Amino acid sequence: MPDYRGMPLEDLDVSDPRMFQYDHWHDLFARLRQECPIHYQPDSPAGPFWSVTRYEDIVAIERDTATFSSEPSIAIIDPEPDMILKMFIAMDPPEHDDQRRAVHHAVAPRNLQEFEVLIRERTSEALDSLPENEPFDWVKLVSRDLTTKMLATLFDFPWEERDKLTEWSDTFTSDVRITAGEGYTREIIIGHITACLQRFTELWHERKGDGKEAFDLIRLLQADPNTENMVDDPLTYMGNIMLLIVGGNDTTRNSMSGGVVFLNQFPDEMAKVRQNSDLIPSMVSEIIRYQTPLPHMRRTTTRDVELNGRKIAKGEKVVLWFVSGNYDEAVIERPNDFWIDRPSVRNHLSFGAGIHRCMGNRLAEMQLRILWEEALQRFETIEVVGEPKRTCNLFIRGFTELPVKVTRFQS
Amino acid sequence: MGPWHESTERNGSLTVITFIQHDGSERMVDGDLGLSLMETALKHDVPGIDADCGGAAICGTCHCFVEASGDMPAPGSQETAMLGLRPDRAENSRLACQILVSDGMADITVRLPEFQM
Repeated sequence: MPDYRGMPLEDLDVSDPRMFQYDHWHDLFARLRQECPIHYQPDSPAGPFWSVTRYEDIVAIERDTATFSSEPSIAIIDPEPDMILKMFIAMDPPEHDDQRRAVHHAVAPRNLQEFEVLIRERTSEALDSLPENEPFDWVKLVSRDLTTKMLATLFDFPWEERDKLTEWSDTFTSDVRITAGEGYTREIIIGHITACLQRFTELWHERKGDGKEAFDLIRLLQADPNTENMVDDPLTYMGNIMLLIVGGNDTTRNSMSGGVVFLNQFPDEMAKVRQNSDLIPSMVSEIIRYQTPLPHMRRTTTRDVELNGRKIAKGEKVVLWFVSGNYDEAVIERPNDFWIDRPSVRNHLSFGAGIHRCMGNRLAEMQLRILWEEALQRFETIEVVGEPKRTCNLFIRGFTELPVKVTRFQS
Repeated sequence: MGPWHESTERNGSLTVITFIQHDGSERMVDGDLGLSLMETALKHDVPGIDADCGGAAICGTCHCFVEASGDMPAPGSQETAMLGLRPDRAENSRLACQILVSDGMADITVRLPEFQM
């Protein structure tokens, strides 16, 4: 593994996903924040790009959407010219605002209250069926299972087909160029996009005008005058579906796994929350900061601009490293500590900042809160019993496997 | 619950801020010079304002509807951008973190939305 402390600045590679796979990135970003907070990398599998690593610089860029555009893509890799999906996360105002408002209703807290009972039931079922006193994979049996069920519920997606949602999500985010060759080629990804669009188009037509109350995301799109004909524009429909699938998947899933890891690394914090379950909401925010499941987003400059003394030309890629901002000692006190009742715990960058701030943030927090309320009530111990395996992906900080053993309270 | 006023002595030069929850319950507090409406709410444990970002106008979770008997500072571009995302935006929508209580400011009524998001 590279020794980031000893290397010349120009040799630092900020594009290698193995830094997340081996959880070897703290030194890289600490060095960039300190010595080269606006860093240029001339060559990478995704082409040349700038890295922004300080909290305050990231916020300043997020506030200036006119200079730092989200078009044509928020991924470090440019979209295929013949397959530019239209999603509001990759749009600027005013079009962005109209599209976002239309789908925002679906994850608005009013709807969440109705979902809460259902989420708690499904979480309880999953936790009750876990084996006792023998190791199992928390990623598979808890994190993947629960996020997949949640997504299927949000879309009212056919229950027996629900694994497709997670499979599609994994494919969409795993381009071979950001996964050190482990991901999928263009052809395979396009194949999955086509299958996904086809299935969601069928569901749209089945539901259109069936008179049922708009509760799922598809019917909510149909019910809003701004989006009622979205199916006629497949690139926009698919873009929004993809955004919702990915947005509700890797993010929550990996925070669900991360929490277990952190509470094992910091047993004093586990003791704190055991003693006072009122700390769970605060702990959830700290888990989300500490995990930062989406480590970056990309912007593109619309004009020549100077940032902290560095001149960035028009049309260049600027990558905002939320994962670095979340560990910026200038803003976050003792950032390397997992500290469940830290001051201003909600003040992190995992949801982004500004107009593109995560729309599903309250839903994510609710899912995690319920998971920990139910888990702490049932399990006397939740023990990591083997080395976690981490995702090899520049866009995702997560876990592919997490061996865990639990014991239940004797009633 | 009827309206009640928190301070023991009323100082005529101060701005009085009335927070009205979505369920109609009211709470009146004295404004402190230089403190934002968001900070005022947190200081007095007035619910309904989340303020995730701590006052940088980058999260939108201190959205409220503001009525004032006198002039108010107009929203800046960042505040306007964030308000543009709210499905429940109204003419008098504001971010509570962007309005600072200043000398001679008129009394303010702050209506809180059903939820922050």
